[in-house]
Formats: sequence, structure tokens, C-alpha cells
Amino acid sequence: MKYVDEFRDGEVAKGLALAIAVEAKPSRNYSFMEFCGGHTHAISRYGVSDLLPPNVRMIHGPGCPVCVLPIGRIDLAIRLALDRGVILATYGDTLRVPASGGLSLLKAKARGGDIRMVYSTADALKIARENPQREVVFLAIGFETTTPPTALAIRQAQQEGLKNFSVLCNHVLTPSAITHILESPEVRQYGTVPLDGFIGPAHVSTVIGSRPYEHFAEEYRKPVVIAGFEPLDVMQAVRMLVRQVNEGRAEVENEFSRAVTRDGNLKAQTLVSEVFELRRSFEWRGLGEVPYSALQIRAGFAEFDAERRYNLTYVPVPDNKACECGAILRGVKKPQDCKIFGTVCTPENPMGSCMVSSEGACAAHYSYGRYKDFPVEVAQAREARA
Amino acid sequence: MSGVRKNYVRPLDFKQGRVDMSHGSGGRAMAQLIEELFAAAFVNEYLAQGNDGALLPPPSGRLVMATDAHVVSPLFFPGGDIGCLSIHGTINDVAVMGAQPLWIAASFILEEGFPLGELKRVVDSMAAAAREAGVPIVTGDTKVVEQGNADGVFITTTGVGVVPEGVLLSGDRARPGDAILVSGTLGDHGMAIMSKRENLSFDAPIVSDTAALHGLIVTLLATGADIRVLRDPTRGGLATTLNEIARQSGVGMLLEESAIPVKPVVAAACEFLGLDPLYVANEGKLVAICAVAGAERLLSAMRNHPLGRDAALVGTVHQDAHHFVQMKTSFGGRRIVDWLSGEQLPRIC
Repeated sequence: MKYVDEFRDGEVAKGLALAIAVEAKPSRNYSFMEFCGGHTHAISRYGVSDLLPPNVRMIHGPGCPVCVLPIGRIDLAIRLALDRGVILATYGDTLRVPASGGLSLLKAKARGGDIRMVYSTADALKIARENPQREVVFLAIGFETTTPPTALAIRQAQQEGLKNFSVLCNHVLTPSAITHILESPEVRQYGTVPLDGFIGPAHVSTVIGSRPYEHFAEEYRKPVVIAGFEPLDVMQAVRMLVRQVNEGRAEVENEFSRAVTRDGNLKAQTLVSEVFELRRSFEWRGLGEVPYSALQIRAGFAEFDAERRYNLTYVPVPDNKACECGAILRGVKKPQDCKIFGTVCTPENPMGSCMVSSEGACAAHYSYGRYKDFPVEVAQAREARA
Repeated sequence: MSGVRKNYVRPLDFKQGRVDMSHGSGGRAMAQLIEELFAAAFVNEYLAQGNDGALLPPPSGRLVMATDAHVVSPLFFPGGDIGCLSIHGTINDVAVMGAQPLWIAASFILEEGFPLGELKRVVDSMAAAAREAGVPIVTGDTKVVEQGNADGVFITTTGVGVVPEGVLLSGDRARPGDAILVSGTLGDHGMAIMSKRENLSFDAPIVSDTAALHGLIVTLLATGADIRVLRDPTRGGLATTLNEIARQSGVGMLLEESAIPVKPVVAAACEFLGLDPLYVANEGKLVAICAVAGAERLLSAMRNHPLGRDAALVGTVHQDAHHFVQMKTSFGGRRIVDWLSGEQLPRIC
């Protein structure tokens, strides 16, 4: 596949692995957080960590949109579908997120809720146009990547005069989450989470540009390398981070220069600020309330705001007590450190949000990497091949 | 004298007509549907007996019986439709047991309002698939449910076959050291359905691989290779099938990603929709696990058959108490190829 295979080339990977091994000083450890779920997925799916030297460790960050969506927000959506009889449209992965009362959107669908998976906001608008007698709510989630399409849908609905369409907005902001992690006591005071740098988001950065990260690099003295979602992008970014650490630099570098500029997509940014404004505070699953970390729909578009339209009140719901998602999302713990990982909590029956999406740290480790938790003998298979 | 002709029944209207509740009520309308559509299309000596059940000659050998319900949406897709799929699916389930498929029974659940013209297309396609495979549809049943209680047509087919002397294939027979082969490119059927559903079009259209595999299987058995397991990786794809076998046999597996054949257009569609081709359905492919000594022979037999041209040796069986199916990625790492959890849903970003 053109323009994809080039970024998954095993031979180039070998070369990069060697370069990283040479440049990483054996005398120290390197801990880098990949913020995005897309990177987590790439690392697990292609086995990137197998190519890194043992002293270079990747910490999975909170940038998995479905993972950070708190139970209470999903509950709101479920109630809209079950009690108000709306058609609820949302993106695929969101359907499985566990909510209160043993429900999820998928389970609410089985109980008669009209819940539909869409690939884009355009599909949600189409459903609204085709069902003028029904109310259609788009459950909008995601970081800056999925925000412009939601803004576009809202503006389009207003232009068309669609009366039966609204959006339950859960869009969140990457920079505030990174600040939150850097400000967390584990990183700042105790140093229990050694964090030597970040791999910056790919798709998010195409929208917001590389400029917003300059603040972290400066203020917190942490190098940031923005990288694409292909495995070679990740390897190259790790190499660039190792270099920055070795040279004592803390700068924003852009590995994903084929798509990301310093200013980002100004058209998309304008669109977003036309439709959305900052929320004073928003609950993130695993991180708790984070100030100014999310967006809400501006008053000018109030009729398309499901929260206003249905007069919804948010009720926070605590996670399962044994669930370590919070600590895992902050990089304090690894999935294997959680008591219910792989026992009570599995991808079939996720307790915590990190087990829901394959971008989540727990699901990624469970689905792709848990063989590493057991010593498995494959020598015999190798002999058989030879 | 009246001008009405004796015994005249107005023929079914395959242009404008639709299934209604009377087509399932057991009365004249149902008899007419069976006679003019099903019996006319499936014609064979057993069906012609016209009884509630087919009276069949006793086969010599061990019998295999398999059943499969078909509920695909859309009913018509590039490369096939629910009709031929319902024949191929059941023939393959019988054939991967090493059996020669003999007969098929078909049962239809029709939704009130379903156009008779579309039903005829489906039935004709079934008849053609059965004829081509040489496996007659010897008995059947039709029910009609009210509108909204089904999705056009559901078809359940049951097949019976006979296993030749000396053939023993079973999911619990994989042994450490065995070779794992696939008979061709993966994910074609599932992505043909998905791209039709999502209205995706590509320069080279994705066509379902739906096909009856019993001919290919006869060829494979004739090689004399020590085949332990054959299975058709339908729903859940190769990943699910291998996990099933690994658990049943109590072994682990190690795949070589670079050896797994996937058409570029299928890979592109999967990439586009955020899906993994290893978990996408196939309807004309099989997985073979055989003793390593006969693996090359089996591979070339596959490649010499029109349904196995893109066959490949994709991995090996090894000892593993956890029954993990693992894969060496083309990238140079290693990962688990796990059971599919729930439905395969696209990732968000």
C-alpha cells in the first residue's frame, strides 16, 4: 500500500533500532510518554517496544478519546436514547465504553435504544435529514482531531435549519491534559513517574500545530517530538527524544513534518472557535476534574446543544474501586500492576476505560503484549521452521 | 359457459409482487411459491418426491452434518449474494471435515413485503451454486414473518456429507512443529460487504471470495500430506479461527506477518475503516494445519488449484500453555493476535 508501507518498513526499523541503541546511554534510563492512543496502538500492534533497548521505556498517556470519557457522560447519552427516545449517533469505539448499571451504549441498544454507529458527522446529519419526525443526537467525543467536523456539522445544521439535530459535546483539549500530567504530584514533587519527554500527537497537531507545545518544553523543561502514527514515525521520534535528552535540550521538534506545521490548520481553528468555547471544568476518566480542558457549544448555537436542549445535568459516577485506570493514564502504574487486569477486567467485559479501546493502555497490552508477562518458549517453533 | 379456464392459477408476479403473510400460511399461495419458485429452481429427484422429508440412499462411511444461518446485509454484494453464500458456507463447513458433501436442506425466513423478484434472484443464485457444486438441495421450508421482524430474507442451510476412509481432520489435532497454511488472500468477503455498506468505492472493486471449497479439499487430501486440521476462516477471520484451533489443540502458534497474503485494495479499505484484515471474514478460503514434512507439497497443490493460487505458508505451531497465537510483525516486533472481543469496531482517531 503506497504511502503507508514506506512507514512500516522492517529494514528501516532495524537501522533505526540500532541507531537508538547506540545513542541511548547505558548509564541511564529514558522514559517517554506517548500522549496519543494512536501511538499506543502503533507501538503495540507493530511491536515497537521489542525494537527499543531495555533502558528506553514508553509510558502510555491519556490520549485515547474513549478512555478518558467519564461514566457520567455516557450515562447522559444512554438516558437520551432510552428515556427520551432519540436516535443517538456516535463513533464506533464509543459503543463499548462501560457506564453505570452494567450498561454501555451497545447494551442500551440491545434494550431497545436506537443507537447507531457512524463514521462521520456527515452521516449523523444524514440520519437527521432522513428522520425529520425523530430527534437525533450526535454524541461527539475526541480531541482536537474530531472537533472541527463536529463544528462543521453544527454550522451546517444551522444553515439548513435542521430542527431535529443536536450534539452532546465531549470534546477535550490535549494541551490541558498534558499540563495536568506535568502538574501532577507524581511527576512534579515525588518524581515517582520519571518523565523525560513526550511524543506529541499526530492528528491533533495537524489541527493545532506545533506551537501549543512550546510552552511545555520551556516551562517544564520537557522535550516534545511530534510524530506521525506509523511505527517508523514513533521510532524516529524516540531517537530524536534520546538526542534531546543527551544534549540537555528541551525543544519542540516536528518529526511529522509531512502533515504538521507550526501554526496548524487555521481554517479548522477558526471554525472551532466560531462554534465552541472553553468549558470551565470537565471530568476526565482517570484524571478527575481538569480546569479548562474541554469545549462546550457557544450560546449562538444553543439549539444544537443537547445539554441545553434536554436540560441535562451531569452526575459524576466513580470508577470501580479496584480499577487503576487513573494511575495508568497518568503513567504511575502499568496495566499489569492492576489487580483486576486480565481477570475481572478484559476486553470482553471492561471494568475500566483503558480496557475499552484498543488504543487504551490496558486493552493494547492485553490484546497485543500480554505474552510478555509469561515466559513463553518459542525456540521449538523456530527449530521446526529451520 | 364461463370463460374461466379450469385449474388456472395466475402465475407469481416476479416484477411487482411481494411476499405477503399468505406465502407462509400453508395454503394455496404457499404451495404456489414453492412450486413456481423453489421446486422449479432446485429441481432434483429427491425434492421431486414432494414429501415433507427427503428419502435418501444410505451413504457408506462416516457422516458429517453441519448447519449455518445466513443473515447478511446487504443481500447482494460484489461477487455474490446471500443465495450462493448460503450454499458455499454449508458446503465448506462439511468439506473442511474432509467430507464429500452430498445433500443440502434449506430453510427460508422471509419478511413480509420482500420483493418476489429479489427472492427469485436469491433462489436462482442458490440453485446455480448448488448445481455447480454438484450438491442438490433435497428438502426445505419457508416461513414468513411480519414486516420489521426480519431483514428481507434469512436462509439456514444444513449439509450432510460422507468422510472417506482414513481421513481424520479435527481442530484438536494441531501439534507443535506443524505448519500453518492459508489458501489465499484474506479479508476479501468482509471488506466487499463493508465497502458496499459504507458506500466506499475503490479503483479496483473489492469482490467477495465466496466459493465452494470441496473440490480444492479433495485435491489437498490427495497429496498424502499429513493434514491435521482444515477450517474455513469465516466470521472473525484468520485470527479467530487460529485461536479456536490453538485452544482446542492446546498449543500456541507463531505467524509471520509478511507471509500473510492480503490484497492491497483490501489492506487499503481496512486501513481506511480502522479494521484489521486478520479479523475480517472470508467465504472462500481455508486454513490448513499439517505436519511440516508435507507442508511444501500441500502448498504447491493449493497453488495449482484455481481457488488456491495465492496460498501461503504463514506460520508454525509450537508448545505454549497459554495457547497464545503470536505474530512476528513485518516491522520486526512481536505481538499477540488475540481473540476478537465483541464486534470489530473502528478506532476513533
